[in-house]
Amino acid sequence: MKLALLAGGLAATLAAATPPIVIQNATILTVTKGTLNGSVLIRDGKIADVGEKVAVPSGAKVIDASGQFVMPGIIDCHSHIAADSINEGSVSVSSMVGIEDVLNPDDISIYRALAGGVSTANILHGSANSIGGKCTVIKLRWGKDAHDMIFQGALPGIKFALGENPKRAGNPTGQRIGAGNVPGRYPATRMGVEDVIREAFNEAKAYQQSWKDYDQKAARGQPAVPPRRDLKLEPLVEVLEGKRLVHAHCYRADEILMLLRVADDYGFKIRTLQHVLEGYKVAKEIAAHGAGASTFSDWWAYKMEAFDAIPYNAALMTRKGVLVSLNSDSDELMRHLNDEAAKTMKYGGLSETEALSLVTINPAKQLMIDNRVGSIEVGKDADLAIFDKHPLSNYAKVEKVFIDGQLYFDRASDLAERSGREAEKKKLMDKEKEEQKKNAPAGRGRPAA
Amino acid sequence: MKSLLVALLLTIPLAASDDDSFLIRGATIHPVASAEIQNGSVLVRDGKIVGVGRNLAAPKGTRIVEGKGLHVYPGMIDSATEMGLSEISSIRESVDVGEIGKFDPQLRAEVAINPASEHIPVTRANGITTVIAMPMSAGGGGGFGRGGGGSIITGQAALVHLDGWTWEEMEIKKSAGMGMRFPIIPPPPGRFFGANFPGAKTFTESKKDYETELRELKEFFENARRYQKAKAAKEKGFQTDLKYEAMLPVLEGAEPLIVVASRERAIRDAVQFADQQKVHVIIADPRELGKMGAELKSRNIPAILGPTLALPLHEDDPYDAAYTLPDQFYKAGVKFAFGSFNNEFARNLPYQAATAAAFGLPVDEAMKAVTLNAAQIWGVADRLGSIEEGKSADLMVTDGDPLEARTQVKQLYIKGKTVDLDNRHKRLYEKYLGRP
Repeated sequence: MKLALLAGGLAATLAAATPPIVIQNATILTVTKGTLNGSVLIRDGKIADVGEKVAVPSGAKVIDASGQFVMPGIIDCHSHIAADSINEGSVSVSSMVGIEDVLNPDDISIYRALAGGVSTANILHGSANSIGGKCTVIKLRWGKDAHDMIFQGALPGIKFALGENPKRAGNPTGQRIGAGNVPGRYPATRMGVEDVIREAFNEAKAYQQSWKDYDQKAARGQPAVPPRRDLKLEPLVEVLEGKRLVHAHCYRADEILMLLRVADDYGFKIRTLQHVLEGYKVAKEIAAHGAGASTFSDWWAYKMEAFDAIPYNAALMTRKGVLVSLNSDSDELMRHLNDEAAKTMKYGGLSETEALSLVTINPAKQLMIDNRVGSIEVGKDADLAIFDKHPLSNYAKVEKVFIDGQLYFDRASDLAERSGREAEKKKLMDKEKEEQKKNAPAGRGRPAA
Repeated sequence: MKSLLVALLLTIPLAASDDDSFLIRGATIHPVASAEIQNGSVLVRDGKIVGVGRNLAAPKGTRIVEGKGLHVYPGMIDSATEMGLSEISSIRESVDVGEIGKFDPQLRAEVAINPASEHIPVTRANGITTVIAMPMSAGGGGGFGRGGGGSIITGQAALVHLDGWTWEEMEIKKSAGMGMRFPIIPPPPGRFFGANFPGAKTFTESKKDYETELRELKEFFENARRYQKAKAAKEKGFQTDLKYEAMLPVLEGAEPLIVVASRERAIRDAVQFADQQKVHVIIADPRELGKMGAELKSRNIPAILGPTLALPLHEDDPYDAAYTLPDQFYKAGVKFAFGSFNNEFARNLPYQAATAAAFGLPVDEAMKAVTLNAAQIWGVADRLGSIEEGKSADLMVTDGDPLEARTQVKQLYIKGKTVDLDNRHKRLYEKYLGRP
C-alpha cells in the first residue's frame, strides 16, 4: 500500500505537468522499423517523432539515454496479476464471470512487472473449466484505480482450457472415477472437454437465433417477447460474432487440433492458443486456422502433457507461419520476458528482431491492439521501456518505463525512495507495537494471530 | 539452421573417436581460477587437464580440436537439483525426491538417480557437467519444503557427473552432504487462501509444531552422539543402527549438513544449531541475508543460493531483492554457489548467475558461483571447477559468454570424453521441423 501511494504520487505529478519528453542518444529498437541511434519525442501520451535527429520542442523534458536501449513496452499475453480471484471452478462453463469485476490495482505484482519492462498484460481467468471466464487487457498504470487500469479499446476475451486442468475436477481424488467420496465434475477426459465446448456453442447458437427471431419480429412491428437474457451464453454469442477473443489454454497436439475443428464447425476463430506447448507438431493447422500461439520459452516436464514441450517451440512455429508470442502465466516470469525472448535465438535461431517481436508487436497483434502498442512508431501510445543494456542480454536491467507517455517506473527514483520507505515502515510497525501493548488485556501475552 | 550445421560439422570428427586425449588450440581459454588466455590451448590426456596456456606443444599423434572463435570454460556445476530423482514433477510414480519420515539420514539419493532420465542430456546440453542430486522434504513433488512440513533430515546428497551408463559411473562423491530442512514457523498462507484454507494453522499451533520439531531434532542428534560414543567404546550389546550410522560423518565433521533455511530467522537458528552441535553446515536456498552476513563469514559457512530469478520474499521488499541477494552475499564475504533447486530449469543455471551480475555481482564472481566456488563448497576443488593442470577435463566449449542466453554450447567434455549434445528436445525439434 505504501508503495502504491508513493509511486502513484510520482505518476500523478507527471500527469499534471505533461510537457513533451525527448529521449535522446539512445539505441532505439523500434521492432517494426529497424534499429537506430537517435531520439523519441513523446507528446500527449503518444509517440510524436522517432529518428536520428529529432528537434526538441521548447519546454520539453530531455532524458539523456546515452548508451541505453529503448524498446516498446513489453506485452504479456497471459497473466494473472492484478486479480483478486482467478478460477470459478465449480462449473464446466463459467463464461458468466469475468476478471474485470475482480481487478485489484493494489497487487504489488503490477509494480514488479513494470520493473521488468511490461506495460500491457492480458489478464485471464484460470484454466479450471473447458470454457472459463471473461478476460481483460490492462495497462500497468500503477497507482491508478481498477477502472483506469483497463486498456480502453482492446477487445474483451474469454478463456477456454483443454487437457489436464479442466478434466482434473472430473477426477478430484486422482484415482479411478467414482473411487472417492467427492462427486466428479464433468468432464473427466479430453473427449468430455470437446463435448462441453460443443454443447455450449450449440446452446449459444440457439440463443443467438432466438434474439435474431425477436429482432426480426420487432423490426416488422409484430408483437414479440424478448428472450430472457442468458449471462452464460451472451459472451459465447459475442465469440460467434467476432466481438470477443478466444484465448485457449492447451498443451497437446490432439486437443489443439480438436479445438480448431470445433471452432471451424461453429464458424468462429480461436484468437490465441495459450501455452500450446505441442503447437510445433500442428503448426501447419494452427497457421491455416489463423490462430496465434502464445507459449512459454522453455517450460517442460512439470506435468504429463508438458513432457513433449521443447524450447524450440516458439521458433519452429514462427518458421511455419504462426503468429507467436511468449507469455509468463507467472508473477515472476513476467519480470524478465526479454530474457525469455533471448532464448529463442539459442533454440531455433530467431533473429534479434524476431525475438523481440515475441514480447511486443506479436502479442499486440494477437490482442488486436497493434494499432496502439507493440512497436515504436509515430502515432502509437508512448509505452516504452528503457534498458541499460540490450534487452536481449541477460545482463540488462530496466531503468525506466513509460505508459501513455507517463513515467510509471524509474529505477533511480525507486532506489532513492528506499530509505524513506524503510523509515516509514519502521514507524508504522513501532506504532502497531505500541497500540498492541496499550490494548493488550493485563496479564496476557501477545494475542494469537 | 546454419548454426545447427556448424555444430554438426564440429562434433562429427570428434564423435568419431572416443579417445579422452586431445589438444584444443586457438581458443579463448577461461580458466576461472586465473585470467583468460587469448589464442590459448588446453591439453588433455587420459581425461585430465595436463596443460593450459599459449602455444602448447602436443605429443605427436594427439588429436587436435581447432578452437578458433570459440571459448573454453570449465563445465558448470549446479549445486542443488533433483536430477534423476524426478522425471515429471506432477506424476508421483516418476518422482523419488522425498521419503516418508522425519529423520532419514540413511537415504542415499545416488541409488535412485535414473541415469537414463531425459533431464540429464537436456541439462548438460547447456554446459552443466556436474550436479548435486539432493533428497528433499517428504511429499514427493519436490519444493524443498520451503513452506515447512515433512522431513527434517532428508538424506544424503550425491555429487555426480551428468554422464555415465550407471549411477556408479556418474558418481563423484556418493555423499557430498546431508540434506536437512530447518524447522520454521511457516508464514501465514497467501492472500488467495486465508485462514480458511484447508490445513491452515493458527500461529499458536504452528509455534507448537515448531517447538516440537526443534526438540525432536535435538533429541535425534543427542541419540546419534550416544550411538557414536557407544560404538567408539565398543559397548557390550552394541547394535548397528542405519540411521545413526549415517549420521557419523556429520558428527565427525567430515560431511556437511545442507540446511534449507530461507528466512533470516531460520538462518540464525541453523547457525546457532551448528555452533551447539559442532557440525559443518551449508545454508541452502536462503531468500534473505539480513544481519547474518558477518555470522556466516566468521564461521566460514557457505551458501547455495536458489534462483536469482525469483520474487521477493516479502510483499514490501524492494522489487529486486532476489536479484541483489547474490551481491549481498558477495559483499558480506560469504562463499556461495548457485543451485537451481529443480530439474526442468537446471539448464537455466547460467542465467541465474547473469541476473545477479546485472544487479551488482561482478561477472567473474557470477561465473565462479557456477564453477569453482561450487567445487570448493563440495570439497572437490582439487578435481573440478576450473581449467587447471591435474583437474578433470570437464570442459564446455561455446561461441560466446555462457551466461548469455543467446550463446551456444558447441562441445562438451566430461572427464575428457566428448559428450553427446543431442537430447529429447533437439530430436523432437528436428523431427517436426521436417514435417511436410
